[in-house]
Amino acid sequence: MKAVSVEEAVAMIPAGASVMVGGFMGVGTPERLLDEVVRQRKTGLTLISNDAATPGKGVGKLFDQALVSKLTATHIGLNPKAQQQMLANQIAVDLVPQGTFVERIRAGGCGLGGVLTPTGVGTLVAEGKRQIEVDGKPFLLETALRAQFALVHAFLADYLGNLAYALTSRNFNPVMAMAADTVIVTAEHIVPVGVIAPDHVVTPAPLVDYLITNG
Amino acid sequence: MDPQIIIARRVAKELRSGNLVNLGIGIPTLVANYVPSDLKVFFQSENGLIGTGPIPEQGMAHPTLTDAGGRPISALPGASTFDSAMSFGLIRGGHVDVTVLGGLQVDAHGHLANWMIPGKMVPGMGGAMDLVTGAKRVIVAMQHAAKGKSKIVAKCSLPLTSARPVNLVVTDMAVIGFPDGKATLLETAPGLSVGEVVALTEAELAIPDDVPEMRI
Repeated sequence: MKAVSVEEAVAMIPAGASVMVGGFMGVGTPERLLDEVVRQRKTGLTLISNDAATPGKGVGKLFDQALVSKLTATHIGLNPKAQQQMLANQIAVDLVPQGTFVERIRAGGCGLGGVLTPTGVGTLVAEGKRQIEVDGKPFLLETALRAQFALVHAFLADYLGNLAYALTSRNFNPVMAMAADTVIVTAEHIVPVGVIAPDHVVTPAPLVDYLITNG
Repeated sequence: MDPQIIIARRVAKELRSGNLVNLGIGIPTLVANYVPSDLKVFFQSENGLIGTGPIPEQGMAHPTLTDAGGRPISALPGASTFDSAMSFGLIRGGHVDVTVLGGLQVDAHGHLANWMIPGKMVPGMGGAMDLVTGAKRVIVAMQHAAKGKSKIVAKCSLPLTSARPVNLVVTDMAVIGFPDGKATLLETAPGLSVGEVVALTEAELAIPDDVPEMRI
């Protein structure tokens, strides 16, 4: 793990990059990283995020500035700007059931080719997908999902990069921290090694590439 | 009584002590208000919490304690938090005893459509498809009709949420179940006759000999 400024970290992300962003309706989202992505105007992003949050909050800021060209998400109904951009074909949107979304990312981070899920069988979600029977039950083959960058927000990070999360801000963060080539983390508090007890570490330090420094 | 409250009160009667329950947004959220205090029900919020409590008092909200709509909530003693893979493992894996969801249409075989209106409303399915596919019991809580049109239809014209039929539909007019895969009128709302419910329902309803009045 390397500690870097938010400017340095975001400078590593090229325009058009694929980026996973943790958070659920803007809760547990690395806001400082997103503010800097907006400031450096990283355009044409492929965004993988549970939702589009709301304008001005979380990944909603990326839609305010029209920085997203492709989106994989589970629900964008609470962000009218993302909806408008989708209906105007400015962004290509792939809507995925939430349990499938997280399992595809988990598969991507765990070296699996994909997962078999019953969710979506017999619905529009099944279109174009392979259906596989196991013990007489139908499942969809949903392929793994990875990104070049994961932007993750933790409650605690220690000097080595061990992470712990708070309440419902955990959501997709630990799963995404497994599934990208480069993992960049912001934390509410940076604390000495040992403050997070081994049993309370959720994301182990070797998964974290960059920790954003305070200030 | 307000139609939404009739629905919420009746659905609350379906919950049992020890149940793990997931409530969708809208009318389903109201169900928590009508669960008797001696019933120990665990409510899950799919963004990663079991043991959701009421909206915190003014000034007591915490930015990392929210429901699936991002609104502040509280957590009851004994609550637990987890990531989204665990949360949907609980849902898809059959560990959730009851889910209560809103609906746009339910058809004569119990199929639910509740996630999109093509060309009009495409918000995304969020967790709905996993909930309907994986929960042990699926209850739909919705108004019987919208703009005078029955939402209990012969066949869903809107895209389905799951191939798995729901177990029970509770509306402001009736309780409908699907024994043998066929819509069956189980109860009528106070003051409504069987004939009135049938007249306001597009789907053909099987009518048992005894159709009691909904007790709320």
